[in-house]
Parts: sequence; C-alpha cells; structure tokens
Amino acid sequence: MDLLDMFLNVGFWAATVRMATPLIFGTLGELICERAGVLNLGIEGIMTTGAMVAWMWVYQGGDLWTAVLVAAAFGMLFGYLHSMFSVYMGLSQHVTGIGITLLATSLSYFSFRMLLPGVTTPPKIEPFELEPIPFLSDIPVLGEALFTQSPLTYLAFVLVIVVAYVLYKTPVGLAVRMVGENPMAVEVQGIDVYRVRTAAVTVGSGFMAVGGAFLTISVFDAFYFDMINGRGWICVALVIFASWKPGKALLGAVLFAAFDAIQIRVQQSSASFIPYQFYLMMPYLFSILALIIMSRKAAYPKALLVPFRRGQR
Amino acid sequence: MSQSEIVLRVEGVTKRFGTLTANSSISFSLEKGKVLSLLGENGAGKTTLMNIIFGHYTADEGHVEVFGKRLEAGNPAEAIALGVGMVHQHFTLADNLTVLDNVILGTESLWRVRQARAAARQKLQSLSQEFGLEVNPDALVSALTVGEKQRVEILKALYRGARVLILDEPTAVLTPQETDQLFATLKDMIARGLSVIFISHKLGEVMQIADRIAVLRHGQLVAEFPVAEASREIIAEKMVGETIPQPKRTEMEPGEPVLQIAEASARDEQGQAVLKKVSLTLRSKQIIGMAGVSGNGQKALSDLISGLLPPTEGQVAVKGEAVRVFDPRSMVAKGVGRVPEDRHLQGVVGDFTVSENLILEDYTNPRFSRRGWMRAGEIAAHARKMIKAFDIRGGGPETIVRGLSGGNMQKVILARVLENNPDIILANQPTRGLDVGAATFVHEQLFKAKERGAGVLLISEDLEELLAVSDQVVVMYHGQVSAPMPVEDVTLQQLGLLMSGETFTAAGTEM
Amino acid sequence: MILEPRTNTPLWMTISAPVLAVVVVLILSGGLIAWAGAPLLESYVALVKGAFGSRFAISETLVRATPLILTGLAAAVAFRAKLWNIGGEGQLYMGALAATYFGTGLVSLPMPLMIPFLFLVGAIAGGVLLLVPALLKTRLKVDEVVTTLLLNFIILLLANYLLFGPWKDPMSMGWPQGAPIIDEGVLPNLVAKTRLHGGLIFSLIAAVCVFILMTKTRWGLEIRAVGHNVDAARFAGIPINKTVIRTALISGGLAACAGVTEVAGTKGYLTLDISPGFGYTGIAVAMLAGLNPLGVIVAALFIAGIYNGADSMSRTMDVSNYIADVITAASLLMVMLAVMLTRMRIRWR
Repeated sequence: MDLLDMFLNVGFWAATVRMATPLIFGTLGELICERAGVLNLGIEGIMTTGAMVAWMWVYQGGDLWTAVLVAAAFGMLFGYLHSMFSVYMGLSQHVTGIGITLLATSLSYFSFRMLLPGVTTPPKIEPFELEPIPFLSDIPVLGEALFTQSPLTYLAFVLVIVVAYVLYKTPVGLAVRMVGENPMAVEVQGIDVYRVRTAAVTVGSGFMAVGGAFLTISVFDAFYFDMINGRGWICVALVIFASWKPGKALLGAVLFAAFDAIQIRVQQSSASFIPYQFYLMMPYLFSILALIIMSRKAAYPKALLVPFRRGQR
Repeated sequence: MSQSEIVLRVEGVTKRFGTLTANSSISFSLEKGKVLSLLGENGAGKTTLMNIIFGHYTADEGHVEVFGKRLEAGNPAEAIALGVGMVHQHFTLADNLTVLDNVILGTESLWRVRQARAAARQKLQSLSQEFGLEVNPDALVSALTVGEKQRVEILKALYRGARVLILDEPTAVLTPQETDQLFATLKDMIARGLSVIFISHKLGEVMQIADRIAVLRHGQLVAEFPVAEASREIIAEKMVGETIPQPKRTEMEPGEPVLQIAEASARDEQGQAVLKKVSLTLRSKQIIGMAGVSGNGQKALSDLISGLLPPTEGQVAVKGEAVRVFDPRSMVAKGVGRVPEDRHLQGVVGDFTVSENLILEDYTNPRFSRRGWMRAGEIAAHARKMIKAFDIRGGGPETIVRGLSGGNMQKVILARVLENNPDIILANQPTRGLDVGAATFVHEQLFKAKERGAGVLLISEDLEELLAVSDQVVVMYHGQVSAPMPVEDVTLQQLGLLMSGETFTAAGTEM
Repeated sequence: MILEPRTNTPLWMTISAPVLAVVVVLILSGGLIAWAGAPLLESYVALVKGAFGSRFAISETLVRATPLILTGLAAAVAFRAKLWNIGGEGQLYMGALAATYFGTGLVSLPMPLMIPFLFLVGAIAGGVLLLVPALLKTRLKVDEVVTTLLLNFIILLLANYLLFGPWKDPMSMGWPQGAPIIDEGVLPNLVAKTRLHGGLIFSLIAAVCVFILMTKTRWGLEIRAVGHNVDAARFAGIPINKTVIRTALISGGLAACAGVTEVAGTKGYLTLDISPGFGYTGIAVAMLAGLNPLGVIVAALFIAGIYNGADSMSRTMDVSNYIADVITAASLLMVMLAVMLTRMRIRWR
C-alpha cells in the first residue's frame, strides 16, 4: 500500500492543516463557551453567517482582513443574542442554540439572496494567498506543510496558545473556568456571573464565525448554501473529545482533519470501489466514535447547561 | 463600652418573594468587636436577610449601612468593598480548582495579563497562620474535608479584608469539637476588631458565643436583647411563638431484625469505595440514629437501602430474606419506606401535582393504573384521603407541588412512604430545613411507625435530634459504621470524637 | 436584572403569550421586508393570501402541515422526557427510505393493509435510528444532541447513495429519484384537484393519540416524570433507561412517519428534497406549541402557512422566501422567551 507515500507527501499534510483550520476556530470558540458553562449549539449557524458575511464583504470590495473582523463581529452579535436567552433569561441552552443556528442560517441565506438577486452560479472573489514563512517553510515535508499556509491558519495556531494562556494564566481565564464549575463561587467574590458568561459566549461565537469565514475567503473563493455541512456539530463533538482543553482541541482538530484527508485520498485513488457517499460519512462517523471513546472519561464542566439565576431562592 | 462604634446598620428592610414576605421591616445594628446572633427557626428569614446585606438580593424597602455608607448597588462586589464578608450555609467553592484559585478570584482586576499568584499565596499563608486556619493553598477543594472547606470560606473573607463577618449556620456541618475550634477562631478575630453576625437555630451555641441576640420569626424581628438578659426558655418561646409539645420517645422491647446489613461494601460512579464492610442490624420497634459528618458515606448507605446502589460485596437482608435485586421498586415492594435526603432533588417531581407525587412509587399498582391506563378518579380520591390524613396544607390534589412549603412537601413524601405501612423506614435528614412544627410532625410519624412495629433508620446531622428520637445511635466515618450504642450512654462530646474519627472503630458483623 | 417566579399564571397570559411573541416576530421581520423594498402591509396580505387565501392555498398549507405535525410531535414527545432529539430530519428520511424499500414492489398487500404496513415499517426504521443515540445516552452517557445531529448527515448521504445508485428509478430520466410507490400504498387523495392526501388524517390521529398517551397512560406519566426530574423518578423506582428508550422509539417513529406521508402521499416517490428541513422545523413547531400535542396541530398549521405564504409572497413581492425560515427561527426563540415570562417576572432594580 502506498500509505507510507501518503504520510511523506507534503500535499497530504498541507491539506490536513488546511482542513483543520476551521475546526480549530470552531472548537476553540465552543470550548470557551462551554468552559463558562454554556453549550453553544448556535455554532453551525454562526459559522454559516461568518462564511457569508466575510465573503460578501470581500465581494463588495472590502479588504480580506477587515472581512475577518466583520465576520467575527457578526458572530459575536449572534453569540450575544444567545447569551441574552441562555444566560440572562436562563432558558434551555439546547433549544436556544438550535434557535440561533436556524436564525443565523436563515438570515444569512436571506441576506445573500437579497444582496445578490437572481445569481445562479456563485460569483468568486480573490481569497487569501498562501504565505510561506521564510526559512521554516524550507524544512522538508513538515515545514513545507505547516508553514506554507493561509495567514488565517497561522492565526488559528496562535489563538490556541493565546486561549490556553488566557484560560490558565490570567484572572479573566480563572473567572471563566470558575463560572463553568460553580457560578455561586464567582458571585460571592463580587464578580458578575452574567457578564462573565456573556463575554465568553460572545467571544467564543466570534471565533466560530472566523472559522466559517476561513472557508469562503481562504480555502474556497465562493459562498455556497449548506457549505458548513455539519462542521459546527463536529466541533461540538471535538470539544468533548478534547476534554475542554485547548491543546487537545488542536490535536483533535488536526487528527480529525488527517482522517478526512486520508479519506479523500483513498476515495480518489482508483482502487476504491466503495461509493463516495460512504467516504463522506466518515467525518460524522468519526465524530460519533470519538464521543463514544471519550464518554467514560468526559469530565464536563460541572455547571455546563445549568442556568444561573441571581437573587432567586 | 459606652461609645462603641456601629459598624453595620439594617434599617426597615422588607423583602418579598411573590406573596411570601420573607423579611418585614427589620431593623438592628451591630457594634464593633461584637457578635450578634441571629436566631430563628428554619424559614424565619435569616438567610434572606443576610443575603440582602451581602448584596445577593436587593431589599424591597429599607436599606443597609456599613460603616456609615449605604449599600446601593445591590451586588456582592459593593458589600465586599465596604468590608463585609460572608460564609454561606452551602459552601461556595469550585471543587475542581485549588484553594488559592478560589481565594484569589475577584481580588485582582480581571484584565491583568498575569495573576500575582506568588504574592497571593504568601498573603494567604500569613493569614492562615495569623488566625490558625491551616489549609494547603494548592490542594484541590474537592480533596478537602468539610471543616477545611469552611476554613477556606473564612479565609476568603479575611483575604478581602472583611471587618464584618457573616456566618450562616456555620456549625450545621461540624462536629462538636470542630465547633469549639471555630468558636476559638471567632473569639480571636473579635479580639482583633472584627464584628460578627452569627446565624443559628441552636440555642446552646448562641449562648456561648454571642453578645447580643436577635430573634426572627416569620420574617419579623420579634426580640433583641443582650445575651446576659436571655434565658433558654425565653429565647425558645420567642423563636417558636408558642411552645409545641415535643413527642416523647417510649422505651420498647425491640423485636425481630427487619434489616440486616452484613459487611456490605460499595463503590460510587467514579469507582471510589464509599462503603467499607458496613454491618448494621435494625430491629422491629426500634429507631437507630446515624450520626456522622456529611460526606462520610451516609448517602451511599442510604442509596444502598433505597435500592439505588448495589453492593460490590456483602449482603443485605430484609426481614430475614437476602436481597438479590437492587432497584427502588423491589425495595419498596419488600417493605422499605424511604424518605430521601433532598426533598426537591429526589423526593418530589416539582412540576407534578400533589396527587401524581403521591402515587409516584405506586403508580403500577392496579389501584392506580390498569393495563397501562391511569385511573384518574382513583388517584384523585387517594390524594384527597392522604391530604386529610397527613394534614397537607396549601393546596388540593391538583396543586403543583413546587408551590408547597417545605413542611407540606415533606408531608407529601411521608404520606407516600407511610401509607403502605412499611416495616423498614429509612429517613435521611427528614427534618432538614423544616420549622419546629413540621419537624415535630415528622418525629410523631416516626414514633407512630415504631409503635406499630416498624424499624426506623434515622440519618441526621442534627445531633440533638438524634439523641431525642433514637433508641440506639451509630456513627458513620469514612464509609464505615460503628457498633450501636444505647442512646442513654452517649454524650454529644463522645459522638463528636467518634465523628471526627478519633475514637472510631467499625462494628463487626452480627449475622 | 432579576427574574422572580410568578405565584400564578392567569389563563389569558398562557394563551396570549405565544400569540404575542409571534406578533412581535412579524413586526421585526417587517424590517427585512422593508429592506427588500417591498411595501409592508401588502406583503403581509400577500403572505396571508398565499397561506389561507383560497381553497387551493388552504389545501397546500394542509399538505405542508402534515409532515410538520408529525415531526413536531416527535420533538414534543422527546423534549418532554428531556431527550434532545435533534435528529428528526434523519429519522424522516429513514422512514422515507423504509417506505420506498417496502412500498415499491417488494411487498404487495391490499390497500387497507398496505398503508398501515408502510407507516409501521417506516416508524420502526425511524425508531431504530433514534435507538442508537438513546442507547449511547443510557449506556455510555454520550450526549444525544450531537449524535442525533450527526446522524442526520449520515442518513442523508445514505439516501443520496441509494438514489444515485441502486435505487435510482430507470424511468426518471437521470434524476435521482426512487421508483414510485405501488398504487395500493399511495395515500388516498382527500379533495379532488388538490394534493391533499390521507397523511393529514393520519397526523391528526397521531396528535390525538400522543395527547392521550402523555396525559392518560402509565408511559406518559413515566415520560413526564423522567423529563421533569430524573433523580426523583429514579428514586421513586421509575425505570429511567426503559423510559428513555421507549420515548426514543416513539419520537423516532413519529418523525419517520413524516417521511412516509411525503413519499407515499405528497410525492409518490422518494427524492432528495422531500423535506425542506421538516425535521428541524418540527422543533420550532413543538416549542411554539409548548410541547402540547394538540397545540402542535395549531403550530404546524401556522408554520406551514408562513412557508407557503412566503413562497407566494416571494413571487409577487420579490422578497426571498428564506424569510419564512427567518420567521420560524425567530418565533422559536421568541415563544420560548414569552412562555418563560408567563412563569417569571423580570425585576429591574
């Protein structure tokens, strides 16, 4: 088998890192929300919004990096809306999340149709170019794969470190972790539980939207309906797989992307006689499998899904 | 002592929850270096009042002044800034984090790029030395004992520079010895100029520590006087309003064993050994009281008898017959009546009606359902009967249980449990949070059951209750149970030493 | 800001809350219509006309409501037990696949037997599909939200494979669609010159049955007890796992029946677009109905009306019909909020 060839192939590793990028953003975002005790099932819709908004911004003549910021802003807007329902009103996080996904998705599609009426083939934009990092990208195979990527991919890797640092080394990170364990312990120290949770959900949702944006303004150059295609849900599974730790989230996303890359390569190899739909099922099956494997070890943040209500007996 | 400084003043505070008035225009003040004890029955409004002072709630009317400054924002941050510290009845610690994490949170600006952990650790250590509150800053909170957790709570307040300390029922979870230790610490603090509000419903302790006593009843301040002018009788009368005659324990010759546990061990979901070779024999016409600091395996033992936790080894026999299937339904069928520890969590389905809750253990009985169909008429009739027999107030059969008072909710559970005349009654903290009237009702029911021939296992953290109600007392410590002791031979001090493990030895088997 | 439980909720509040929420949503959606440059009032008139303005419009709305009632019931039953079944879409396709497998010639029975048979095999297929997440939840504590969501994608890919591969109807001129359901299995037409079919009767009966199940039976009591307080239910001796699995079978079965009505009623054969998200919309239907099975009928009619109305509005007023999805999603959130506010009051200090 030419499996060894594949693992020595720069293209394979480059593809793995590329495909991991949106998952890294999404998983980090979801992780921040869940660490604060809020399950954010709005992720699928927020990624869709990020993808649409970023693309549309560039299509209308905007700059690529500004597009990333605009996408993040829209993601944060939906995250804020989520927290209004799930944090301040203490409503079911499951239903709120599904509601936000449906709302964000439908608003994105509606807006796309309104802004580009009568378009049948999705128009294209000029996406981010690959930016090889000097010297590092000269390292054979791994260096070439890792350091010849879109700037957004580098951003994703940097953010893993930033999120880990903030969570474990700063006062605000402690507040986020604690609010996910026991909100009352935070309230009695004079910190507003609602604000911490809202901030976490808002920021986390911004990350998710950038993950969506990566798809339309970096890997691809157009916006298609249904293009998120369950990536958001996969991120929710990856957070559990990662035991709510940023480093493991990175590992999970890359591992997952590697499986995906293998799957695509095997699918493309002429020897394959299995219908392609079964290959496409793989990511979802892997996610379920990951959940099953981790189920015994899963140490949920204790206050996950538990609404906090101030001043109530 | 004439010109003493007022550190905290409560002025006409009123707080309503819906139709319930938890506090009704309460006023009092606290002097520097003094201990004011707030006494009152469960549900009298003590905790509500303290939560207003600490900023968890805002008062509907009236206000609170600390060192002459009014609390206005109505959040804990403001109270902390003015020097108020509070040790809550239920610990407010995050279990999966370290002691230092729990203490340091909120002490520095959230937007700092680094935590000043080294300095914080030093400050915490010097504080714990100064006040004799030893604790390892890097220990996980989940690994601490109850007493240690309380120390962390006090340290949290001291770390923030608290000059007024509120302690809400701090002794409820402590052994008598730990309570003495706490009092020594408190006296030390007072000597350094701290002022304390001490909440309790235990008269004895209050007489020991307080300078002044304020008594709350039904949300009103009914009396306030220096401790020197108080006597137990006066305070008790002020607390309860009228004297409720306490039912007396009657000596009875115990009958046949109804529940035998022989060297039973069990593990919880995390695989921790929670029961270690527990042996216990409960006879008919006998009440055994079980003492122990919470978290020493009482829950596991209660789950074992309830049918929720199968033993990994050892045997359980009900009325001489070994139990093979451990599930709640077959335990109930064997004649085990179970009053769970937490009414809201396990006892009732809050969103169900009274009549639905009354049949929750018995809904498969042909009386209440046939071939899968519920018999609404029978169920409602049953509910009406039970409401009358157990004097359940505050609603009819179709009332949602969540709206009932704690006492009436407990009556619903008692009605469900006792209606089938069980031979074994497991009562886990049956009077927790109940006022004297409701608690008396529970005790009466337990006595009645005993006289009828049932055996009762009463698990309680209230040692005075245990000594008043039980015929024999056992102590639980680290998953083990001591040999039973006749209640006449036991003192509070002895129990305390047993509970802290100092003189504890587990019982051998008896089967 | 503080939320306080109300001591009692007057009946008028319970009834008017969802209505008010929907009105607020329609006002907010007015912003989108204005953005599209269409006159507000006329657009809404067009929407209402498109939904209920003629015999044909009403019949079309009823056709659309049929699967929505079933997916709405599926969500309502599951959510009552706090089983978060977000996999209605996958279960719907599973039912459609089963109906296609058995209903295109493999089995042939007389009509009075064939139609119940198709619903039965469909329901079993859907129930079994939800059984997987339910077992993972009860045995291994795997969160069912993610597993049911992921299964949606897997089942859609399975349908995609079958319709492009072995099940492709050779008569379909290259379109990915299945062979037609045999005549005995086709749901009878109810009103001439409309698409209204017997699936509507089935879904109405299903709603009544679910209502009776939840309020009058032992299973209903168990489902509600597990949903409201699983610890108390376990303590009282209610078999939790059995109840969750039973709920899963019922819920999955109901959602799958929606697939059967579409394949055997509305379309007559399986395609990849038999459901424009009925599974997900069912969640909104259930929430709008406050999880009440009879309320599901009303909510499904409303949502179906919005979709059909939006379709006709998009033709006449040039407003994208995605506005229906926006209205549905916003209604879901708004009604949830309104229902909470009937139980709690907000106090600003």
